[in-house]
Amino acid sequence: MAYQIFLAVAVMALGVLACAGYFWLSNKALDLVFPVGDDDVAIASRNLARRAVIRPWLFLGPAVILLAVYLIYPVVATFILSFYDRTGNQYVGLSNYTWAFSDREFRESIFNNILWLAVVPAACTFLGLVIAVLTDRIWWGNIAKSLVFMPMAISFVGASVIWKFIYDYRGEGETQIGILNAIIQFFGGDPQVWIAMPFWNNFFLMVILIWIQTGFAMVILSAALRGIPEETIEAAVIDGASGWQIFWKIMVPQIWGTIAVVWTTITILVLKVFDIVLTMTNGQWNSMVLANLMFNWMFRGGGDAGRSAAIAVIIMIAVMPIMIWNVRRARREVGGH
Amino acid sequence: MVTMMSRLKRIGLPRLIVHASVLFIVLLWLMPTVGIFVSALRDKDQLAVSGWWTALATAEQTEAVRLGAPESQTQEGTTFVISGNVFEDGAAKTIIAFGTRVQEPGAFPVGEVADIGDGETLLVNADGSYRYTSPTAFEGSRGKRIYLTATTPPQFTFDNYRTVLNAEGIGRSFINSLTVTIPATIIPILIAAFAAYALSWMAFPGRTLIIALVVGLIVVPLQMSLIPLLRMYNEIGNFFGVPSKTYAGIWLAHTAFGMPLAIYLLRNYIVGLPKEIIESARVDGASDFEIFVKIVLPLSFPALASFAIFQFLWVWNDLLVAMVFLGTSKDQLVLTGSLNALLGSRGGNWEILTASAFITIIVPLLVFFSLQRYLVRGLLAGSVKGG
Repeated sequence: MAYQIFLAVAVMALGVLACAGYFWLSNKALDLVFPVGDDDVAIASRNLARRAVIRPWLFLGPAVILLAVYLIYPVVATFILSFYDRTGNQYVGLSNYTWAFSDREFRESIFNNILWLAVVPAACTFLGLVIAVLTDRIWWGNIAKSLVFMPMAISFVGASVIWKFIYDYRGEGETQIGILNAIIQFFGGDPQVWIAMPFWNNFFLMVILIWIQTGFAMVILSAALRGIPEETIEAAVIDGASGWQIFWKIMVPQIWGTIAVVWTTITILVLKVFDIVLTMTNGQWNSMVLANLMFNWMFRGGGDAGRSAAIAVIIMIAVMPIMIWNVRRARREVGGH
Repeated sequence: MVTMMSRLKRIGLPRLIVHASVLFIVLLWLMPTVGIFVSALRDKDQLAVSGWWTALATAEQTEAVRLGAPESQTQEGTTFVISGNVFEDGAAKTIIAFGTRVQEPGAFPVGEVADIGDGETLLVNADGSYRYTSPTAFEGSRGKRIYLTATTPPQFTFDNYRTVLNAEGIGRSFINSLTVTIPATIIPILIAAFAAYALSWMAFPGRTLIIALVVGLIVVPLQMSLIPLLRMYNEIGNFFGVPSKTYAGIWLAHTAFGMPLAIYLLRNYIVGLPKEIIESARVDGASDFEIFVKIVLPLSFPALASFAIFQFLWVWNDLLVAMVFLGTSKDQLVLTGSLNALLGSRGGNWEILTASAFITIIVPLLVFFSLQRYLVRGLLAGSVKGG
């Protein structure tokens, strides 16, 4: 064990040092190649200008290379691969896509993904907003927020174990050790195998993501609510608006922008949901989603790169509108500087 | 009662409802995690037969035991006696009743001599000691079977942790997870901070394009990267005759996948630093490298910390990247991967699963509770990324 730890630390140190070393050495080298002595002003200023041209790219270099190799190139390559066969050598046109739309499992995944998209962002945003409003009004609100926020730190796999334990099923008449079935049995109902009920099991899986993500929505929305100018609310109170009216007609319209950000962020997360389905059902009992189907085809029957890539492209297309919206929004912000 | 009522009136009913509903929500949100924390500490036999919410209650259960064999009988005058204790290892149980038929495990109270027919008597005490008498010699080779209704006090143990840390390989996975996570958190900070500085304070053509590209890449699904990268890694591995699944490989992958958000977050912060400080340093003849290391880096600490927490949580909790870029052998399996494997192989062994899950989530929880401030700040600054 001690040897493993030593090895791990050594390898870690090496990796980090190599990275720091690059920046230090490359900048040193640039200064040596283009020296700025005081013997010749013309050469010095020319070298200074050259340094200014090259240095940004020394700073940006590793980042740009990583982005190009790990994100930009693969996106292009996956797009191209989606028009090729399972080995990636034979051009097959659109047949991976026509296969997908006629495949039962794919349609099931699309259906489930739409179900997830319809439920999870809405539930998280709504619950987050409600909890933000409630906790802002009590003295122990920050503690409450912190505890609701906590699942955010838990991995999807960890959360799946936690919830699988809640959904645990024992035969009828036995003592249920899963709390959900225990409650059902306490009230005289029949225990159910929750994650194996087609259609409804989707919702039991969604609960896990909602449990994790509501805290995120709550934190962001709570900050936005605090940013609402007091005067607008006071004016409404003076005009005799009820609490309900103040919430819906004064507060919510002022944080629409933030609600949209929360909604889209969770939407993207939902489109990529993978771990929860993998660990809870692995797509059995009609609970398959696109990300898991894509992963399965990566390895299924020796791996089918074409089909897998086609499914990835479809996820990408679903993300596209949000991506464009984000870029536009960021451009406006950058333009403001 | 009067003061209670007046206090209620002062708080106001709506306010009370707010307190009550927040309390309800918090308990609801905590309950799942508490469930596994408690279960991981319970005795595995108790865990399998009773709900974790009964962990503190004394469990009542029925069990069958055998009395001593006839060969151990002694003769006292005209009666034959077998005596001893039904609990061989001195279990911490308390018997409240016993019986001789399975249908009636509580037929006789403890501490009293019971007439069980044929002139035989049986005395069972709460601690398990018994005295079984008969007017005729006992025969046969095996002891008599009796049934007990016994209560067991709650039992808590660290055995589950000992088991998973050693036998189930969670200890090794813990170190693997650290090996993946620490460099995959530090390296992207360095690289992204340099890039963010260049995108904030250095003039060069294509700057706005790169910023737009970075924002766009934040939301690109990981799924788009997996197939080409897997192929690339395999080809590089084959070409150089090295393994394709290495720690260096996953560090680079995590670094790259975290890069867009890192650059975005850090740039937003660094671009907002006071212009005067950086300009005056330039006038004093400091190079960009010096400005970055001596001024920008220390000033950006809050943003660096925010991103570090993000990246740490994301890498530690990741399963997909680890499944693709690392092997499944013992020396490369990270915690999330181990837990996923255990869900398959030990699906019903909740003592293993809960203890493993606890070890998997304890580090991120500690990070979360100690550095929550920075995490919230980072979330507010960069809420465009979807995980």
